[in-house]
Amino acid sequence: MSGAPGRLVRIAGPVVVATGLDEARLYNLVRVGRDRLIGEVIRLDGDEAVIQVYEETSGLQVGSAVEDTGAPLQVELGPGLLGQVFDGIQRPLPPLAVKNGEPFGEPFIRRGVQISALPRDRLWDFVPTVTVGDIVEPGTLLGTVKETATLEHRILVPSRMRGTVTRIQAGEAPVEQPVVWLDDRPLSMMRRWPVREPRPTAGRLDPDAPLITGQRVIDTLFPVALGGTTTIPGGFGTGKTVQEQSLARWAAADVIVYIGCGERGNELTDVLREFPELSDPRTGGPLMDRTILIANTSNMPVAAREASIYTGMTIAEYYRDQGYDVLLLADSTSRWAEALREVSGRLEEMPGEEGFPAYLPSRLAEFYERAGAVRCLGGGGREGSVTVVGAVSPPGADFSEPVTQYSMRLAGVFWALDTDLARRRHFPAIHWTRSFTLYDIGAWFDHNVAMDWEERRRWALELLHREEQLQSVVQLMGADVLAPSEQLVFLVGRMLREDFLQQSAFDDVDAFCSLEKQYEMLRIISLVYETTRRAVRDGVDPEAVMALAVLADVARMRDWPPDEAAERSRELETRIIEDVEAL
Amino acid sequence: MTSRALRVIEFQTVEYVSGPLVFLEGVHGVQYDETVEIVAPGGEVRRGQVLEVDRSRAVIEVFAGTRGLDVAATRVRLGGDAARLGVGVGMLGRMFDGSGNAADGGPPILPEAFWEVAGLAMNPAAREHPAEFIETGVSAIDGLNTLVRGQKLPIFSGFGLPAAQLSAQVAARASVGGSDREGFVVVFAALGITHREASFFRRFIEDSGALGRTVMFLNLADDPTIERLLTPRVALTAAEFLAFEKGLHVLVILTDMTNYCEALREVSTAREEIPGRRGYPGYMYTDLASIYERAGRIRDHDGSITQLVILSMPDDDITHPIPDLTGYITEGQIVLSRELHRKGIDPPIDVLPSLSRLMNAGIGADKTRFDHRQVADQLYAFYAEGRDLRRLVAIIGEAALSEHDRRSLAFADDFERRFIHQGGAGRSLEETLELAWSLLDQFTTADLKRIHPETIAARRRGKDVPPPDQQADDDGS
Ligand SMILES: Nc1ncnc2c1ncn2[C@@H]1O[C@H](COP(=O)(O)OP(=O)(O)OP(=O)(O)O)[C@@H](O)[C@H]1O
Ligand SMILES: [Mg+2]
Repeated sequence: MSGAPGRLVRIAGPVVVATGLDEARLYNLVRVGRDRLIGEVIRLDGDEAVIQVYEETSGLQVGSAVEDTGAPLQVELGPGLLGQVFDGIQRPLPPLAVKNGEPFGEPFIRRGVQISALPRDRLWDFVPTVTVGDIVEPGTLLGTVKETATLEHRILVPSRMRGTVTRIQAGEAPVEQPVVWLDDRPLSMMRRWPVREPRPTAGRLDPDAPLITGQRVIDTLFPVALGGTTTIPGGFGTGKTVQEQSLARWAAADVIVYIGCGERGNELTDVLREFPELSDPRTGGPLMDRTILIANTSNMPVAAREASIYTGMTIAEYYRDQGYDVLLLADSTSRWAEALREVSGRLEEMPGEEGFPAYLPSRLAEFYERAGAVRCLGGGGREGSVTVVGAVSPPGADFSEPVTQYSMRLAGVFWALDTDLARRRHFPAIHWTRSFTLYDIGAWFDHNVAMDWEERRRWALELLHREEQLQSVVQLMGADVLAPSEQLVFLVGRMLREDFLQQSAFDDVDAFCSLEKQYEMLRIISLVYETTRRAVRDGVDPEAVMALAVLADVARMRDWPPDEAAERSRELETRIIEDVEAL
Repeated sequence: MTSRALRVIEFQTVEYVSGPLVFLEGVHGVQYDETVEIVAPGGEVRRGQVLEVDRSRAVIEVFAGTRGLDVAATRVRLGGDAARLGVGVGMLGRMFDGSGNAADGGPPILPEAFWEVAGLAMNPAAREHPAEFIETGVSAIDGLNTLVRGQKLPIFSGFGLPAAQLSAQVAARASVGGSDREGFVVVFAALGITHREASFFRRFIEDSGALGRTVMFLNLADDPTIERLLTPRVALTAAEFLAFEKGLHVLVILTDMTNYCEALREVSTAREEIPGRRGYPGYMYTDLASIYERAGRIRDHDGSITQLVILSMPDDDITHPIPDLTGYITEGQIVLSRELHRKGIDPPIDVLPSLSRLMNAGIGADKTRFDHRQVADQLYAFYAEGRDLRRLVAIIGEAALSEHDRRSLAFADDFERRFIHQGGAGRSLEETLELAWSLLDQFTTADLKRIHPETIAARRRGKDVPPPDQQADDDGS
């Protein structure tokens, strides 16, 4: 605590105003009232400090004391983060529910409770990688700890320190105990970092590889780069959460930070229940071991919702700095923007578009800009990335609203979820003509999967586009006007949509589709197009083509076991060629 | 509603009265959010709540409205505590007003505890995932948009559409429970609905024999509008007590949330806040979430709260902020359609925009039937196709349709008339699924893309129906 306590003069929901906090700086944390509620100074105005309070403010009075902690909102960083569930200001949620030894004895969140984010009593086996006498700089690897069965947690020199290692204490230690001494200054395994400040790196890298997700419409049509940014706008029930959860499950990342920002409690329960049971597609370990959940649901305090995005981002950057690929999922950034709006409204600030504060676009930009592939501090060729996927919940599913528009301008990929597709249960409801990717990573696929990957991708996009144009013709004039070759566009367009783009997140086999299988499936569909087009040109009736029995097998390609994709597709290829020739 | 604390401080310093708000000057010791009593010049006592405190000024919302209040003689007593409700099992079978006072002529209940009506946020880590199927007897729900215990599912209705009947039907059936399932107790909260609607519901429940297992909180159309902000919270406080203290399964029916949102807007306007979309306050999402998120289950606790929320879509517009924000919070929605209602389909549920997000957790081999998901997906696919074709046919005529299209078109009609329509009669899940299969029987295995071939084969073998390919051959010869 620093300085004399201030006193509240105004209370309006999550925003309170205090006077007499003479030494408080902007963004300092304060303690408010008898329950010592946690708040943050968000504006200084003469003698007045405007504070957003991260807990319910019921019961506060004019005159209640406010103490300045002298420090900004920080998160604790160190081993023990993985597998945890925190609220928006990094309080671990499971311990909050414990009462009298019963794990769920206190299922409702009480106010004023303080629990440290990292378990203090847990021991970690510190294995040093430096020796006494080494000269180290910010980011130098000091040692490692096995945080989970598969992830090596790397303990680094904090960003503002350098010097000579004067002592090392290897072996088991709790997070707060010193393990390395730099010029006799003790360093433990735990760090703190102010959440609103991006962590430093040695430089950005150009994204050149995709984040592989196992989702066909994503990997094949609209891939996101490792270290890239994506926005998923969609009306309610169009599949944002299912998409984010599928990514959390299947994406090829080392660490997943999932931020449930102003959304449903039950959706987090879903993750909590399933992830410990599922296995990490890359390491085979429990999926929860690579996951960190930030859960600030819609009914939890809005100010903490605002902070949750930064809490999650700082944790993501921390693992990035260790050289890992981190995927940060935020569901939903609209709720975060609304928290900004609510607080701004209570401050009686000049509103911008739709009541959002004028600084909304800059805040959004700051958030998306913290994504990226980077060279880490400390040398050793360490590279890491934070890929960001932000869901957006536009009112009335109208994409012209500010959050969607600003996000679209900032993000490199736009997965537009379409209400109409969702209603007809076309999932993922990512619309193929409204979505886009700005990452030019086709070369990676050509090099790593198949030489003609990018070519086939273009073909598919073009055909879908063409089908859409023809749809509008048919809507006006009926199917009679279509030439035989155009009827094939319809047939194959439908095949692409139903048999390739649709992918159930709940199907045991199809929920994840390897790049090889994606390629084979697309190859078969384009083969159908090529062969039948030739046949039709040679006079075969398109109706006969549509009646081909072999086409039913195209629809069932999704059920192919992943390791049999190549073999099955060769077999299907032969049959298609034969059957079409027989027409 | 009850307040336990002693009333210590009283002020007679009303500065002005505006809409539902009273602005008080020269106060001290006022707690944000506390409940207060406003004594009208005639001595009548009304309840209110502190919305804002700014130095020596306080803004108070008066639940019973401000009519008759003045600057000179009106007094305000501080309660020193948040609004609380006396709760107890004695609530079952009783009727209360919108603030929680007994309103059936009976004595006040014997409270076992006093709970804050605002409620506390449930710790997401303490939630149990809802996964127990509730049979509602309605095919469009059980078959395609399955409801589970602990879910919050709204009915998006429109003026004159039979949402009340649907919810009463579900409540009546759910309170009885299936053979091996415990039934629900029902907490019914009326928010600005008419006497006629409220007594319809009461009679329906009475006829089903469940009145003794029902608690009613009534804020009717002619009751004070601002009290509506309290009523759902009072009802949910009662529900939380019954569910998590007494281990009961509680079905909460809130009707009509549109009236609630209007009251919210009224207060916001009186406070001169910057309005959000269509004049509703920017915090309406958060406010609604503080109600809807009170549904759920808790780990290691027996009871559950399931919410069935009715709201009328102004102008039948699903993008209006009230249904829109609701849909963003609830776990799906049941959408009623004026067009189906006009066609005489009862209940007029349009399944395409309807959704139950917890369906997958509540169905399948060990819960309903192994083919449930596949059958539902297939019905959706055909119906969506049929509906598209209807639009197309309106433009280009039926003659241009292929054989397959004609079948899809016929399916859509069949589906509405036979599957969705049930005219008040209940169906078991088994009946619902069998009905679904009978609609699918006319399609070939290749047509049924959403169903695994083995499922179809097993089914058609089991029923001694030859595979349709063969049927076609027979016809041809
Ligand atoms: N990939 C998918 N596969 C199968 N079903 C899906 C898929 N995506 C979405 N769905 C279906 O759509 C429903 C709604 O999806 P989801 O909850 O993700 O919507 P949302 O966009 O997050 O909505 P909200 O904005 O209201 O949170 C799911 O419950 C599921 O039934
Ligand atoms: Mg969602």
